[in-house]
Amino acid sequence: MAKITMTVNGRQVSGQCDDRTLLVHFIRENLGLTGTHVGCDTSQCGTCVVHMDGKSVKSCSTLAAQAAGSDITTIEGLAANGELHPVQAAFKANHGLQCGFCTPGMVMTAVDMIRRHGGQLDEATVRAELEGNICRCTGYHNIVKSILAAAAEMGGARVAAE
Amino acid sequence: MYETHYHRASSIQDAVKLRQAAGEGKYLSGGMTLIPTMKQRLAAPSDLVDVRQVPEMKGISVSGRTVRIGAATTHFDVASSSELAALCPAISGLASHIGDPHVRHMGTIGGSIANNDPAADYPSAMLALDATIITDRREIAAGDFFTGLFETALEDGELVTAVTFEAPAKAGYQKFANPASRYAMTGVFVVRRDNGDVRVAVTGAGSNGVFRHEGIEAALSAQWSPDALANVTVDPSDLLSDIHADATYRANLVKVMAKRAVAAARAD
Repeated sequence: MAKITMTVNGRQVSGQCDDRTLLVHFIRENLGLTGTHVGCDTSQCGTCVVHMDGKSVKSCSTLAAQAAGSDITTIEGLAANGELHPVQAAFKANHGLQCGFCTPGMVMTAVDMIRRHGGQLDEATVRAELEGNICRCTGYHNIVKSILAAAAEMGGARVAAE
Repeated sequence: MYETHYHRASSIQDAVKLRQAAGEGKYLSGGMTLIPTMKQRLAAPSDLVDVRQVPEMKGISVSGRTVRIGAATTHFDVASSSELAALCPAISGLASHIGDPHVRHMGTIGGSIANNDPAADYPSAMLALDATIITDRREIAAGDFFTGLFETALEDGELVTAVTFEAPAKAGYQKFANPASRYAMTGVFVVRRDNGDVRVAVTGAGSNGVFRHEGIEAALSAQWSPDALANVTVDPSDLLSDIHADATYRANLVKVMAKRAVAAARAD
């Protein structure tokens, strides 16, 4: 058993778990944050994506112990003051989900992608960047549309603020 | 996953000490192969020694044309280094096509070469660049390091801490990715030095892991052009056959990927 302490969505949290406990199980079971999903459990589908120290990672392929001391953001940490994050709002506006199971991972991946590429994203880049996320409803078209809309919105907002 | 004991190393010395104290221990870097393998119970190390945050194993430094990449440097950091992109864009491109963005944020160059997956990208780069693999106790030439499928010259408890190489005049890497796993079904890294020396390394295809192809090297030494490979034959007898591609298919891929790699190198 290990005592793990990390920052999750801006709050310092700690919990006891086995050294072999995966980060996704720590988040879901110890912290009760069930927005992060376990899809394939074999590192391929990306439903478990969270941000660790600002970068997207697969929480099903990372030990909670590896993440100790880090800063984690999950899907629950995106919306601020009751307002959807622009990426969440874009998924809603563009019907970027069907069954919704892959959506937390898609949204976290999109936020990371937009952070790295800014408003410069094009469709081919978005599709290439979605390599590690699988939508089994095959609803990629509207997912790509949502990400491009959010990137335009966020890129635009940044320009307006400068 | 079977039970294990996690330790986080703070330095190279600390890592080696922790590993020595462990029973059936393993070093853990990004864990992008090791953790999934443990989840499938194909590996069951008693202890994991995490080296991902060891400061002296992280980062890229360039001095003249000598490049040093710390073993715990992620694929993302290799892919996004502007210094590396200016000196050896082939290795930046290689790193930017490993796995997916999430894997590239965790997976490291040291983990990849120590694992020596026969379909991994980095071993071909190390071999073609004539890189030196630095460990906690010695330096090993890439040509002596990769010894077989998932086999390396590393001794028990030996830790890869960095790799170094001289940036070449020209380098190119192209792979034919498995449509499902995206691992290289065949990948070819070509290097041409200022003095005309050429080294060509092939991953994903050899039944004994990464290897150099002397026929392609000779043809490219005579003429550095994709056309130079028109009459080169690739012997399929030592190549892998599996449900994805048989040996003759891979033999053809070796030639096609080599041509594309030279074309990519010439365009840089």
